Amino acid sequence: MASVVLSEAEKLYIVHGVQEDLRVDGRGCEDYRCAEVETDVVSNTSGSARVKLGHTDILVGVKAEMGTPKLEKPDEGYLEFFVDCSANATPEFEGRGGEELGTEIANTLYRVFSSESSIDLKSLCINPREHCWVLYVDVLLLECGGNLFDAISIAVKAALFNTRIPKVRVLEDEEGSKEIELSDDPYDCIRLNVDDVPCIVTLNKIGYRHAVDTTLQEEACSLASLLISVTSKGALTSMKKVGKGSLDPESIFEMMETGKRVGKSLHIALQKILDEEESLGTSRQKVGFLG
Amino acid sequence: MPEITMRLPVPRKAVAPSAPRGGEKHLVAPGDTITTDTGYMRGHGTYVEEERLVASVAGAVERVNKLVCVKALNSRYNGEVGDVVVGRITEVQQKRWKVETNSRLDSVLLLSSVNLPGGELRRRSAEDELAMRDYLQEGDLISAEVQSVFSDGALSLHTRSLKYGKLGQGVLVQASPSLVKRQKTHFHDLPCGASVILGNNGFIWIYPTPEQKDEEAGGFTTNLEPVPLSDREVISRLRNCIVALVTQKLMLFDTSILYCYEASLPHQIKDILKPEVMEEIVLETRQKLLDLEG
Repeated sequence: MASVVLSEAEKLYIVHGVQEDLRVDGRGCEDYRCAEVETDVVSNTSGSARVKLGHTDILVGVKAEMGTPKLEKPDEGYLEFFVDCSANATPEFEGRGGEELGTEIANTLYRVFSSESSIDLKSLCINPREHCWVLYVDVLLLECGGNLFDAISIAVKAALFNTRIPKVRVLEDEEGSKEIELSDDPYDCIRLNVDDVPCIVTLNKIGYRHAVDTTLQEEACSLASLLISVTSKGALTSMKKVGKGSLDPESIFEMMETGKRVGKSLHIALQKILDEEESLGTSRQKVGFLG
Repeated sequence: MPEITMRLPVPRKAVAPSAPRGGEKHLVAPGDTITTDTGYMRGHGTYVEEERLVASVAGAVERVNKLVCVKALNSRYNGEVGDVVVGRITEVQQKRWKVETNSRLDSVLLLSSVNLPGGELRRRSAEDELAMRDYLQEGDLISAEVQSVFSDGALSLHTRSLKYGKLGQGVLVQASPSLVKRQKTHFHDLPCGASVILGNNGFIWIYPTPEQKDEEAGGFTTNLEPVPLSDREVISRLRNCIVALVTQKLMLFDTSILYCYEASLPHQIKDILKPEVMEEIVLETRQKLLDLEG
C-alpha cells in the first residue's frame, strides 16, 4: 500500500486531533471528503464509473459477456472482479509491485458480493445450465490518496448502476438446438437493481478513537482498521480486520455501529447523485479525463 | 450525523488572469518559438532548432539584455544559497543526513553543519557520529538554510542558527516551489494565532506559536504536549486556506495567506475545500491584494 513517512511529532499531532474530533483538514471523525462521481466515462464497456475521493482516483469498467453458469448454481449468472494497481498511483506499483494489493482488494470484493441478497444473479441467467451473463468488473487504481476500499466500493456500485445488458431472446428450433437472438434496438437493455449492493466503510483506529475516510497521513498513524460492508438498509454483510495492531471487542462493536450509521448516509448520498446524473440524461456535459 | 456530500464533476475553468502589472508575461509551452532573431544567447529552458529559439519547458520568458531564458512554472526546486527550506530526513549516513527537499537530488546536511546540544563549539567526535540518530531520524522534519550548491546540483544545508532545527508538532503542506514568493523572512508569526514557515522548496510548515521565545531552540527537545483545540482550529483553517491558494495558483506569502484566512472565517473549516467555496474565498483574496497594491 502506498504510504508516507511522517515524523513522530506529526503523528502525535494527528492522533491528538482525531481524539478531539478535529482532524488536520477540519473534518470530524465521521465526515467524508468531497467525492466526485461520474458514470459512463468509458465507451466500450457495458457500464463504467469514475470516483475521485480527495486524492484517491478510481476507474471501474463493467463488461457483460456470455458464459456458462457455474455447476453449483446453474440458474444464476456471476461476477468476476479484477483489480489493477496502476503505476500511475505510486512508483511502488511498478511491474508486479501492485499485484499483492490488487489480489487483496479483489478478494475483499468477492467476499462483499458473496452474500446472496446483494445482487440478483438470477436475472443474469439466459438458459439454465447453458448460458448466462458474466459481469467482468475491472477496477483501475489511478491515484492513491488513502481510503481505497471505500472509493472502490462506491465506484463499483455506480458502475453496476450504469451497466446496461442487452436483452436477448432464446429461440428453439424444431431439432431442439437453441439460438440466441440479440434485439435490434441498441437501447433495449436490462438494468441491474443495485438497491442492496453493499458499500465498504473502513474504520481506522487512531489512538483511542476511530475515523472514517482517512488520508495517507492518517493511515500511517493507525495500527488497526476494520472494513465492514453495509447495505443501504444498514445491514452488515461482511467484516474484515486489517493491520498489525489489535482491536478490543468493545471498540469493534462501537466501530460497527459507526460503520452502519456512516454506511447508510453514504448510500443515500450516492443514490442521490446517481439519480441526479440519470435525470440529466443526454444533456449532461461529460467531463471524463480531459475536462 | 456524518456529513457526506457527493457531486458531479465540473469541467475545469481557466483561471482568469489578474490585471497585468508592469507588462504582459510571455508564456510559452515546450516547442513554442520564442524568437527567430539569431542575435540572442540561449539560457536555461531554451534550445536552438533551425535558426529559431524554441522553449523546452512550460513557463514565462525572461530576457536580460541579450540572454533569453524560460523560467518553468512547475518544476523541481532549484536551490540558491541563502534559501530557507523545509525538508524531511530520508537517510542517516556516516557524518551526514540526506534530506528530501523536492529537488532533483536529495540535499545533504553535514554533521558539522548542525548545532550541538548546549551550543558547544568543538570538533565532532566519534560519539557525536553514533548519537546522530538520537537527534534526527528518518522521517523527521527540519528547517534549514542552503549553505552551498554542489557541482552536481545537490544542496548542502545547515542549521547553525537557533531558528532552524528539528520541527515539532504541526502540519506540512506541499506546494510547487514557484508559488512561494521570495521575501526577506520566511518565518511568520501570524496574528490569527499560529506560525508558518514558507520554505522556498514549496514545503510549508504550519505550527502552533511557541509561548516562550527564549527556550533552548534548535529543536533538541520536541514539545510533545497536546496542542489546545483553539490552536488546532486555527492551524486546520490555515492549512485549508493554503491548499485553496495552491489549487488556484496564487502566490504564497504572509499577506495573501492572512487575507485568505480572513475571507474564510464565515465558512466552516471543512467547507473551505469545497470547489465553489474555494473559488469564492480566493477571488476575495485576489481582490483585496489588488486593492492593496492599487
